Amino acid sequence: MLEIKDLNFYYGGFQALSNIDLDAKKGQIVSILGANGAGKSTLLKTIVGLHKARSGTIYFDGNKIDHLESHDIVKLGLVLVPEGRKIFANLTVHENLLMGSYTSRARKARKGNFENVFHLFPRLKERTDQFGINLSGGEQQMLAIGRALMSQPCLIIFDEISLGLSPLMVKSLYEAIKRINQGGMTVILVEQDVKRSLKTADTAYILQEGKVTLKGDPKNFTEGEVKKAYFGL
Amino acid sequence: MLTSLEPLINGILLGGLYAVIGIGLSMIFGIMKQVNLAHGELMILSSYFSLLFSQLLGLPPLLTLILVFPASFIFGYLLQAFLFNRVLGKGMEPYLMISFGLSIILQNALLLIFTPDARSLKTGLIIQTLDVYGLLHVPVIYLVDFAGGVLMIGFLHLFMKRTYLGRAIRASADDLSASKLMGINIRKIYALAMGIAAVTAAMSGVLVGMTFTFYPHSGTQYLIIAFGVVIIGGMGSLPGTFLGGLILGISQLVGAQFLGPGFQLLSGYLILLIVLTIRPQGLLGRK
Repeated sequence: MLEIKDLNFYYGGFQALSNIDLDAKKGQIVSILGANGAGKSTLLKTIVGLHKARSGTIYFDGNKIDHLESHDIVKLGLVLVPEGRKIFANLTVHENLLMGSYTSRARKARKGNFENVFHLFPRLKERTDQFGINLSGGEQQMLAIGRALMSQPCLIIFDEISLGLSPLMVKSLYEAIKRINQGGMTVILVEQDVKRSLKTADTAYILQEGKVTLKGDPKNFTEGEVKKAYFGL
Repeated sequence: MLTSLEPLINGILLGGLYAVIGIGLSMIFGIMKQVNLAHGELMILSSYFSLLFSQLLGLPPLLTLILVFPASFIFGYLLQAFLFNRVLGKGMEPYLMISFGLSIILQNALLLIFTPDARSLKTGLIIQTLDVYGLLHVPVIYLVDFAGGVLMIGFLHLFMKRTYLGRAIRASADDLSASKLMGINIRKIYALAMGIAAVTAAMSGVLVGMTFTFYPHSGTQYLIIAFGVVIIGGMGSLPGTFLGGLILGISQLVGAQFLGPGFQLLSGYLILLIVLTIRPQGLLGRK
């Protein structure tokens, strides 16, 4: 579904990603882990076209996407739930979701997707006329996920969705992610919460200083391996 | 007694015109966080468009709007698509420089084509006065200015609130990268927004042309009014811009009444300074 080969990215002279290879198969939950500054968010931004890689290729669903603009990538069915939620604060919940279905492909499926989102997060239906800015952190995160689902994706990427939320809220969001995945959607999960995301994932990648230090089925990882890959100890 | 209300009423009416002068500047700042120094020239260009159409076709100035609106929209759209979009994401300075350069080019182009003579859009409305029981005299043209301004702002407000495109414009103003991620083509949205801003400039250009005389370099004078309106009301806020227009209009005309006509501009800018001191983000602006 998503195939990344030999990806390199620089912030000026600083190499933020080096020789990244990553493979997400259809229907999987893939988790990308790493400490602050390991390059997780940079990698995601490069995948969705907000950054342009210096070298390497990214294929999604058979299409080469590394040269495309963000607004063209989402048309193909790859969507990112960005870190910090980034909902439209001065638009209502309803309008935020409408904006999620901006592409023509998503517009056709808008009605059904509204129902799916409200089924997944009934709270959003209750708050449909509220402005984004007036929602609680958890509700904003639901809205950010709902907005992404409105785009009719085949692959959905979550960037640090548990940041700043209560453990209870995080638990319910993870349940929602599992349900999204069971519906047939491929999921990439980027987290600092190692335990939870290793438990959820089919495949895991651990990044350190812009390099992949460990990859594979997390069930086969030993604690020592993970620590070494994560901290470099 | 009622006669002393005249400056207040005229100030409110003039304020409606000021608001529509400021609205395009405010909108572009709200959406792109950029300052378009050529906004005044977009206005005056529309005044000349209207002059041209009314002379060629014998139309009254208000009717020329049917042609001036699309012409201005296209001009604004192309400006953003082929000029301003080239410096997207490079901060405020390149945009300021380009719009300043554009303002000089447009002024001189108008000077070459139309000569430096004073022009006005001829309309019978200019000599009519509304007489309320002999107590209150209101120039009809001010009423037209106010109505035009209110209609334009009301229409813009509805457009932003109710249409899909309006929502997409608001979304990209709220969060640029998130709107890209949702599939919004920012370059296209910005070009459309500049087209719409040029339409508001066209409205104010035609109203100004009917009410006052204009010259190729009049744009600067109205850019300063637009800044005044936007600073008082708050950058990027539609209701704020309307309020800002009213306050500037009232403070100019009421000030002129008490201090003498020579102090009209001064009294307006004194109020602006006071607002700037007490509430730097503008009355309805966000920090």
